[in-house]
Amino acid sequence: MAKKQRLVVRTIILLLLAAALVYALYANLTKDKTKQVKMNAAAPDFVLTDMKGTKHQLSDYKGKGVVLNFWGTWCKPCEKEMPYMDSQYKDFKAKGVEILAVNVGESNYSVQNFIDQYHLSFPVMIDKKSEVQNAYKVDPLPVTFIIDKTGKVIDQFTGSLSESQINSFMNRIKP
Amino acid sequence: MKEVKCECGHINPVGTVICEACGRVIGDGDGSEKLLDMRYEASPRRSQHYNKTIVDKIWNFFSSVKVGVWLIVITLVASAVGTIFPQEMYIPPTIPADQYYKQEYGTLGQLYYQLGFDNLYSSWWYMILIASIGISLVICSLDRVIPLYKALKNQRTAPREGFLEKQRLFGITEDSADGVDIPSIKQNLASKRYSIKEENGSILAEKNRFSRWGPYVNHIGLIIFLFGALLRFVPGMYVDETLWVREGETKEVPGTDGKLYLKNEKFIRQLYNKSKDDQVFQDALKKNPAVIKNFQTNAVLYEKKGDTLPGEQPELKKVETDKIQVNRPLKYKHFAFYQSDYKLDEMNKMKFRLIDKKTQTSFGGLTIDLYDPKKDYNLGKGYRVELLNYFPDFEFDENSEPVTKSRIPNNPAFVFNMVTPDRPKGEASFVAIRQTIEPEGNNKYKMAFNGIETQNVTGLTVRKDMTLWFLAIGGAIFMIGVVQGAYWNHRRIWIQRKKGQVWIAAHTNKNWYGMKREIHSILTGTALQEPKDQLDEKS
Repeated sequence: MAKKQRLVVRTIILLLLAAALVYALYANLTKDKTKQVKMNAAAPDFVLTDMKGTKHQLSDYKGKGVVLNFWGTWCKPCEKEMPYMDSQYKDFKAKGVEILAVNVGESNYSVQNFIDQYHLSFPVMIDKKSEVQNAYKVDPLPVTFIIDKTGKVIDQFTGSLSESQINSFMNRIKP
Repeated sequence: MKEVKCECGHINPVGTVICEACGRVIGDGDGSEKLLDMRYEASPRRSQHYNKTIVDKIWNFFSSVKVGVWLIVITLVASAVGTIFPQEMYIPPTIPADQYYKQEYGTLGQLYYQLGFDNLYSSWWYMILIASIGISLVICSLDRVIPLYKALKNQRTAPREGFLEKQRLFGITEDSADGVDIPSIKQNLASKRYSIKEENGSILAEKNRFSRWGPYVNHIGLIIFLFGALLRFVPGMYVDETLWVREGETKEVPGTDGKLYLKNEKFIRQLYNKSKDDQVFQDALKKNPAVIKNFQTNAVLYEKKGDTLPGEQPELKKVETDKIQVNRPLKYKHFAFYQSDYKLDEMNKMKFRLIDKKTQTSFGGLTIDLYDPKKDYNLGKGYRVELLNYFPDFEFDENSEPVTKSRIPNNPAFVFNMVTPDRPKGEASFVAIRQTIEPEGNNKYKMAFNGIETQNVTGLTVRKDMTLWFLAIGGAIFMIGVVQGAYWNHRRIWIQRKKGQVWIAAHTNKNWYGMKREIHSILTGTALQEPKDQLDEKS
């Protein structure tokens, strides 16, 4: 009886200690991931006004696929992928894929200049207060999120995208 | 594994030295040791009971103090190794870690990196080491404190002969005619705050038993401390972020889920002033004229009302206005904002005048907001300046094209088109700091630099730490345990009358010298001889 009780008590104590250890390890290993937007979860909603004055709320795009791109005019890789994005956008717009290009808070002048230079046809908006960047935990640029028709973040990519990568991204979220 | 059977018939667990039931000394049989091992009251450590299942085996492993000490030694050595080269978070961010260590520290550095010492303190094996120390603490303590508590609670007032004889301090006095003055011994004991138990003339005087719990109280404190450290990983318990805010700017505070916003009204950096400040500083100021007196951010903290989406105009309510200085943070709810960094004189606005190069006549001025430049500046009377391009942080790239390195106006450059009544198409001019390039080469007009406006940027550390209370309480309990175990000694004195003799034995868990002195003062004038230290006799 006493033996059995002791075994039970010991097992419980060891399990509790092991649980604390496992939690610490898990929390530590996923520490970096908590600094990212959760995959396959609802994309953080936001409202921004584009350079033409149109308001865009992410949740209004349910039923469509959304490519959400964060960029800056000084960022060379961003500059490189923009024309690819624009050409793919022209193909996929009719198929229900939208691009929202969020500038990380530069002046209207610089952004408008950039749009004019590359003749961008998709909506470009400026996140003046960094709120959307905070919500998406954006750090290095460019970073691109793809959001499916149900409003879930399917994938994210940090760095310059090639035209074929953009094409395959758009195919994945095509409704 | 064999239990030990005592003469009285009681079956004792393995490792028992004194029978649990009758108090006879049993030990290893030959009885050759002169003194009893009184550690943990000669009771067996729990773990030595049984060693059958895997649970018992794990338990026994952690129950060993030897294992515990080795765990601590290994952790200490590993922690020390982690300080040989800088950790990855402290190396310059411009070079990738795999190159940095090799380049800076050679082969040894490369090995250091490959073995993962660059991220030592968050590596899985380091965490397992720390956790093992925690587990060892819990199990070692449990395995010792429970038998010790039981043994002390059930100790006999009149132990058997074998017990007294084998105490370190032991003595026999012949009970002569004038007699040993037991009542006055008892009085002396009581005046030394001993609590006295008697059973058929046998006396057990005991004091400060609580001192024996000191190490275990100390361990409880440590475990609470470790638990507090673990809590840092729980979301919402710990925030440590940096927030840069320009003067006049309002920013969302990171780590608050968009609940708090902070406005920097003004950043002030004050230096000690030779003529204004106290005379005592004069010598120091002569050596080093620029000594900082104060860093200060005049800040306003706002809380967001309601649930607005990121990007939406939030409805902000002012909750706090404060002057944040070094070591004087703004505190709100569980958040604290510390002054930790600053950047002075960041360019904010730049002023120009449009002039005729020959006559130096001015046709009006313009101010460019470097964070929000306009496309067109109308100076009136047909004079107009168009901004063709703007490079906030200008440099020439590898193709000698002007580019911007960042969005911060560290080195602004502009391409202007100056439209004047006599040059209706305009003249282009590239203007950077102390540099003007005219693509056509023979402009009549010029954008003359006319001053800048700067602003300061404050760097604040945003801190929230809900684990501090655990660390404080754990630390306090830790210290209570140390004091409890260190400043008091558990002392016991046994006195028994036996066939015309009076036997005395004494035990303390530490400070035998003090014990002897105390016995000396208790026994003075009572005709009872002081017990001898049997450890001295041996040598």
